[in-house]
Amino acid sequence: MNQPVLVHGEKILNESILYLDGVTVSFDGFRALNNLSILLEHGELRAIIGPNGAGKTTMMDIITGKVCPDKGDVFYHNQTINLATLDESEIAQLGIGRKFQKPTIFEQQSVSDNLYLALKANRGIWAALSFKPSRPQQEIVEQVLERIQLIYRQNDPAGSLSHGQKQWLEIGMLLVQDAQLLLVDEPAAGMTDAETEQTAELLQEISGTKSLMVVEHDMEFVKALDCKVSVLHEGSVLAEGTHSEVQSNATVIEVYLGR
Amino acid sequence: MQKDSFFNTLLADSGARWFLGCLLALVTLVPLLNGLVSQDSVLHIPTYAVSLMGKYLCFALLALSLDLVWGYCGILSLGHGAFFALGGYAFGMHLMREIGERGVYGHPVLPDFMVFLNWENLPWYWWGFDSFIFAILMVLLIPGLLALVFGWFAFRSRVTGVYLSIITQALTYALMLAFFLNELGFGGNNGLTDFKDVLGIELQSDSTRRGLFIISALALAGGFVLCRWLLKTHYGKILLAVRDAESRSRFLGYRTENYKLFAFVVAAMLAGLAGALYVPQVGIINPGEFSPLNSIEIVIWVAVGGRGTLYGAALGAIVVNFAKTWFTGAMPELWLFVLGGMFVVVTVSLPKGIVGIQFYRDKLFQHKPKTLPTPSSSEASS
Repeated sequence: MNQPVLVHGEKILNESILYLDGVTVSFDGFRALNNLSILLEHGELRAIIGPNGAGKTTMMDIITGKVCPDKGDVFYHNQTINLATLDESEIAQLGIGRKFQKPTIFEQQSVSDNLYLALKANRGIWAALSFKPSRPQQEIVEQVLERIQLIYRQNDPAGSLSHGQKQWLEIGMLLVQDAQLLLVDEPAAGMTDAETEQTAELLQEISGTKSLMVVEHDMEFVKALDCKVSVLHEGSVLAEGTHSEVQSNATVIEVYLGR
Repeated sequence: MQKDSFFNTLLADSGARWFLGCLLALVTLVPLLNGLVSQDSVLHIPTYAVSLMGKYLCFALLALSLDLVWGYCGILSLGHGAFFALGGYAFGMHLMREIGERGVYGHPVLPDFMVFLNWENLPWYWWGFDSFIFAILMVLLIPGLLALVFGWFAFRSRVTGVYLSIITQALTYALMLAFFLNELGFGGNNGLTDFKDVLGIELQSDSTRRGLFIISALALAGGFVLCRWLLKTHYGKILLAVRDAESRSRFLGYRTENYKLFAFVVAAMLAGLAGALYVPQVGIINPGEFSPLNSIEIVIWVAVGGRGTLYGAALGAIVVNFAKTWFTGAMPELWLFVLGGMFVVVTVSLPKGIVGIQFYRDKLFQHKPKTLPTPSSSEASS
């Protein structure tokens, strides 16, 4: 079981941050994921595309523990941890962060409080009762506020931000959470062209030290990410490769791009 | 230094300042006007009124505790009266034990109702209640424990919203039916009553009544400060996060059920304390306190006063109960209509309750200048 296994040619499983192995999940008879296998290396940036209902969001739900797979395993960090047995908060504490398709931030609380809520720290009640941000923690939050260009809005309620700014705030929350694996669902939705470009740059900057999985519909954005692309179709991987490889793949064109 | 900053923020908001100021005024003025001003003076407050106000303050503490869970963590408990009643029973048991041989039957150990049922010995769960300290501990621990066990199961199973409200209602209803049973050993239908004294001091005396009033006011202020402190900490911010987006908070790594459970237990203990202070002032506790209607009424107090402000809940409890006292005296047949009417009016047109009136006024005035062109903007447009 712990022997290195060879899949995907030379890729050794022991060097994966995330490895989904034959994951199947059905809702009321509908197969959302069908024997899905996907492997992500440490520090990799991966774009996931696919038509509606291809299982992109379900895959994120499986990884973050919101949905349990009917079959298959979800391995994290060199195949040492099986996420399928853990719940949402345990998985989050392992260093997996998620940005939702619809920005989900704490609208009633200030922008900086949103970041402090996400900040990596002891998640216990007693720790929370006596929590006071240390100087380094304050600096982390300030740095991220600058990076996501919200420092001048830090005391405003998060609900008053524009849609694009909310997306950025949620990305900022992933950054302060110090997640090792970031699952990013449609980060560019509702953004202006300039914002989209900046977001692609930001995500590229993050990759290398962190691993990222980005679900996106916007092909221009995926092109700008300039990374390996996996195409999902009917719950499994249809094709994998660079942006141009995928774009010229005949089956991909038929099921997705051509439409 | 941290303390300083806490009290600064505590008093930073005008609602909290008013609330604590009014409580302070009550604590000093009411006992003075009752004890030192002659009975003929218009300023004299009769003792029955002192106890009545003491009762309102207990209800205010109860409402405050409900607001902690409803207003700040979104748990609409329709069984909050159960914790109040349990606290009341725990303290009532101590008062029963203090009667000693002065009961109607003159039994040295057993309360009257047990003698009447031909019981030979004190049941084991009455042991220890002769001690005041033990009773006070139970006042907090029994409601706290019930909340812990109930909440643990409910929150772990992710029961939320209306389903949670329904099972809290079922909880208090089940407890009411149980406490009606004579065999349970809590006086059945009649409950616990005929108390004589507390800590050796006669309960009926004016000074005891004043003392109970002062303690109730201090308990309310203490409960308020405790809740404000809780909500001001990082824990409080997480609690709000759980209220507004529970599943999002889970994805940040928080065990949201534990956060809710903690607040639920604290609220149950405060409700228990309110019940314990209520019983000596009204002189009786019976299974009617567990009635589901009582718990619904608490929700109305909080809604009328203003949910999610703490002082609003306390104010709502006092206003509604004052109205209840007046209406049930002057035109009893109208009271339930008035109560229902208040709830409807608040829900439809004052979602922030009485304390939200300030907010509506600000909104109106903020709005007005926008509709009237200001000199500078009209110049710019012309």
